[in-house]
Amino acid sequence: MSSAFPPRDPGEEGALAPELLVRMYQLMLRSRCLEERLIRMNKQGDGFFWVGGPGEEALNTSLGLLVHKGQGPEYDYLHLHYRATATLLAMGADPVDTLRQMKNTATDPYSAGRNFCNHYSVRKWNVAPVSSPIGVQLSMAPGTAMANKRAGGRGITIVQSGDAGTAEGDFSTCLIWCSLPGRELPCLILVENNQWGISTPYAEQHAEKHIADRARPFGIKSAVVDGNDAEVAYRELKKAMDYVRTERKPFLLEAMVSRLYGHSSASGANFVPDEVDCLVIFEKKLIERKLMTRAAMDDLKARCTQELLEASKRVREEPQPRGDSIWKHVFAERDLVRERPSQDGGKNGAH
Amino acid sequence: MATLVQAIRLALHVGEERHGVTDVFGQDVGPPLGGVFTQTQGLKTAWNTPLDERGIVGTAIGLALAGQRPVAEIQFCDYAFNVVDLLKLAGGISWSSAGDWNCPMVLMTPVGSGIRGSIYHSHSFDAQATRIPGWKIVMPSNPLDAYGLMLSAIVDPNPVMFLAPKALLRAKAASGERIPGEPDDDRALSKLIDAPLGDRSRWRPEWPDVKDAFVPIGKARTCRPGRDVTVVTYGRMVPVALDAAEQVAREGVEAEVVDLRSLSPYDWDAIKASVKKTGRVLFLNEDTEVTNFGEHLLRRTVEELFYELQAPPRLVAGAHVPGVGLADALERASVPQADGVAAALRELARAEA
Ligand SMILES: Cc1ncc(C[n+]2csc(CCOP(=O)(O)OP(=O)(O)O)c2C)c(N)n1
Repeated sequence: MSSAFPPRDPGEEGALAPELLVRMYQLMLRSRCLEERLIRMNKQGDGFFWVGGPGEEALNTSLGLLVHKGQGPEYDYLHLHYRATATLLAMGADPVDTLRQMKNTATDPYSAGRNFCNHYSVRKWNVAPVSSPIGVQLSMAPGTAMANKRAGGRGITIVQSGDAGTAEGDFSTCLIWCSLPGRELPCLILVENNQWGISTPYAEQHAEKHIADRARPFGIKSAVVDGNDAEVAYRELKKAMDYVRTERKPFLLEAMVSRLYGHSSASGANFVPDEVDCLVIFEKKLIERKLMTRAAMDDLKARCTQELLEASKRVREEPQPRGDSIWKHVFAERDLVRERPSQDGGKNGAH
Repeated sequence: MATLVQAIRLALHVGEERHGVTDVFGQDVGPPLGGVFTQTQGLKTAWNTPLDERGIVGTAIGLALAGQRPVAEIQFCDYAFNVVDLLKLAGGISWSSAGDWNCPMVLMTPVGSGIRGSIYHSHSFDAQATRIPGWKIVMPSNPLDAYGLMLSAIVDPNPVMFLAPKALLRAKAASGERIPGEPDDDRALSKLIDAPLGDRSRWRPEWPDVKDAFVPIGKARTCRPGRDVTVVTYGRMVPVALDAAEQVAREGVEAEVVDLRSLSPYDWDAIKASVKKTGRVLFLNEDTEVTNFGEHLLRRTVEELFYELQAPPRLVAGAHVPGVGLADALERASVPQADGVAAALRELARAEA
């Protein structure tokens, strides 16, 4: 579907540094291999459900690399949806932890076996818990953005949504609360438009030409960009994030992306050949620029695939949560969000 | 003696000064109005929001996650039904993330009937609220408890819902009961902290130096001792229960009235102790009776205290109709009244198990 979107020539504003491009490629590939492993696991019965972001790697990797990562309002807050695998990997998350969440093990650091795969939660990096109800993160984002603004530093809030999800009232909430006159908030609203809401196509649910157009009446700056071109995605994201960081005002960025394995395992999770694949585009570009060879790419992919296969076998042997663990963490005993990072020993959660 | 609404305001002020409250916000919460019931007048962190309950609750969650200490308000609980998913989300943040995050926010909202509020200013929220795990829920029936529970809500690391019985907002504390540091003269207190009518642009409150007086969440209070029959209730039904207890006392029936004060967690030990003493119990609240919080307490009583009972336990609650009608007879037919409660107490006291 996103092939309908005319790709921009990345050359027009200068290429990114070769080391960055290679790093981005490695991360994107790793994320793709991880998603393919998750899908495989699900099909083999190792995990009940898959949803994820194959087709969004160019954009989400860029986001992960551009995040001002840390804990507390001096750093960026992330309100992600369930396709942000590449963002987490680019931030430094261990892919094995994603396998653990897929297999709902007790060792899953994001939810201890409670939530679906790719539903991240990392307090030490300001990654708010990803939750299934579509749109709710858009209503939460103004709160963290307010704290960012008060902290006075460069920290911003980034909130993601799919295209269909922008029909929820939470999207309007986010636009309204981020643009109150004199109280504008440093919030990047990032719509990842894959042209689908499960099975319902874009044209059936939107009269507006671009979702980004909805920013205009609020005086919010916006742009529509090709999220399938890694270089464009990185540069446009950086531009938008720099604007939000320095102006302390919101920005709505709509990125056209692909959905390469359908909505989720519920719709089969089979490869969709007619969608643009950001990884294929990027590989072509890297080969053309002589930054990597096909052989090196194939080798990297084979190693990634093998590592994750072995890791998934190990994860299979890890303990499942005990039934009586359901009573844990209904209430918090400590005010974790107000503790300084050092007091927590850098640990992510306590199980 | 402060009124309940003044007590809320004083607690929020103490919260701002000493317990880190960063934001008190909601529709018409900031100046010039300071809340439709005056509950937030003069507070230094109070601000007005857009007319958007989802934004109010969502923003409170975001502020809480970012280490701020928000107290958000839904103007009437009748308008909280469009945020139930967000309330579930807030209540689930600690659990869903397996203890990675907590969500320390307070959500206050006026509840219940009794001010001729017609269909959409009379709803109760206790049945709905207690269906949402992960929240602490408090519901005071008097100014001192309102003050102390609000302070406890503010310092709690979890989301806490503060249900304010709107018919009691103007009620004063029992004579002699004062918040520590409150002036001796009621009119003096009003002069210090109530905003004047008319232009308020230059008005500033003069806050009395009130002290901390926390009421722990999860602890009931026996507000009338009695040996014959127990009433377990909370919020606006506490004075109704006391009135009914007074009526039956004239006939020789001694009712014990337990004010739960907290619905989550609730003080099962206090209920158990009273039921063991009297063997007869009435659960009383004004929310609609089908799938009602009192039903849960009644079920638990039957399961755990069956052999202590000398009479079938009772629930007196609101009629299961879509709203509380405006006309006097409609309201009286919809929510429990002292006479009806007294009748139930008489029957309970006479019944044989
Ligand atoms: C409030 C809510 N309604 C319905 C669903 C079921 N649902 C899950 S994903 C989805 C479609 C979302 O589409 P979009 O926002 O475009 O994101 P995409 O999945 O395409 O990335 C729906 C309807 C849900 N999770 N939450």
